[in-house]
Amino acid sequence: MSKFNKNSNTYILLYAVVMTLIFGTLLAFVSESLKEKQKAEVLIEKQKFILKAAYGEKGLDGVKKPEITPLYNEIVKVAVVNNQGEPMDTEEAKIKIGKEYKKSKDSRALPIYIVGKKDNPSEVESYVMPVYGKGLWDFIWAYVALDADLKTIEGIVFDHVGETPGLGARITDASVQERFVGKELNFASNTVDAPDFQKGEGTDYSSSPYKVDGLSGATITAKGVNDMLDDYLAMYLPYINQNREKQ
Amino acid sequence: MSTETIEKSEEKVVKAAEPLLSKKRRKLVTNPLDDDNPITLQVLGICSALAVTIALKGTVIMAIAVFFVLVSANVIISALRNTIPNRIRIIVQLVVVASLVAVVDQVLKAYAFEQSKQLSVFVGLIITNCIVMGRLEAFALGNKPWDSLLDGVGNSLGYGWIIIAIAFVRELFGSGKLFGAQVLGDWYLNNGFFATPAAACIILGIIIWILRARSGYTEE
Repeated sequence: MSKFNKNSNTYILLYAVVMTLIFGTLLAFVSESLKEKQKAEVLIEKQKFILKAAYGEKGLDGVKKPEITPLYNEIVKVAVVNNQGEPMDTEEAKIKIGKEYKKSKDSRALPIYIVGKKDNPSEVESYVMPVYGKGLWDFIWAYVALDADLKTIEGIVFDHVGETPGLGARITDASVQERFVGKELNFASNTVDAPDFQKGEGTDYSSSPYKVDGLSGATITAKGVNDMLDDYLAMYLPYINQNREKQ
Repeated sequence: MSTETIEKSEEKVVKAAEPLLSKKRRKLVTNPLDDDNPITLQVLGICSALAVTIALKGTVIMAIAVFFVLVSANVIISALRNTIPNRIRIIVQLVVVASLVAVVDQVLKAYAFEQSKQLSVFVGLIITNCIVMGRLEAFALGNKPWDSLLDGVGNSLGYGWIIIAIAFVRELFGSGKLFGAQVLGDWYLNNGFFATPAAACIILGIIIWILRARSGYTEE
């Protein structure tokens, strides 16, 4: 190495270029070769969220990871509608809720996962609807499971990109998600109001079907959750009404 | 012991004919576990030590990730040390570390998806973990690959055992669990304080106190 002048600009530039090429190629290779596996993981997670929303935290006890997809395929049916409740011929697998969120409300594709009962898949256990919105720092989303009556919340699973750990990120805690279980949608003429996180934490709202104990220290995340649920359930409302009339 | 840290950067430890695991070389691994621990003595890398230690599972994965990054980066930088132009050496180190971290992040996303979500940004932040850059600057740039490998092993294990110890206490008292399995019975009321980073700070303080009391180390 002594024959090179290691401090010459040419050497430094060449070194930087070669280095970038080598590590760039390495990273591209790693990323490409793991892509499929990562996609599969994301899919399994989505299916798990949907099943968890419908059956509750304990409902998936004993179901191992490889069993999730077969179970999902057996008992979940999918419908895709627009905000008028009309079916859309968009393939569910291609829908990314985050991308749909950026479109205008009229053109968003809204998937609905109709989860059958475990012992009798043809009977509806719940309707799971994905919702998407903004938290404090970044996007938040959830899968809301409505009971077969399309009024009572059977379960809800939240997820987020970057809410504050210990504060807003608590929306992923089972104990917080359980606060929504059994709460009801408030139907008025042509509108729907989802149960809302209230200000403050520690109040017992068990007698009030439209109120949910809030998140202390995470007011903005909680407000984001409230807005997200109201926004999306309003879009799902025509579909909900159609199916409630059938009953 | 204190002099040892100061002289670290000038240490040209071993001669070529030394056995692979001579006494001096064994010290490269064992010192950082205890007397020269990167967290408790040098107080480096404590940011992730506070953030990721809420449960054992994620912490162990974090420790493995740091182990992989630090050992590989040490070896790569040490192997390249005679070719790296001095003026861009920090950038070269960063490229190596950042690439390794990106690889770890991708692998975790594919094979430990849930943990990678839990660790989220802190995997990426291994890049800025002072232990990694510190060892590259202080050791790998001046020593042979095998010694650097041992140094990497020692320092990452030194980091690893501390964060695992903190996570053990936090998960046990914070949620009554170990590795996600309930170990304390219904009688135990979870202490939410242990679930917060502040608890990690206090546990870390206690560990540093014990280790320093034992070794007699004092700040100058």
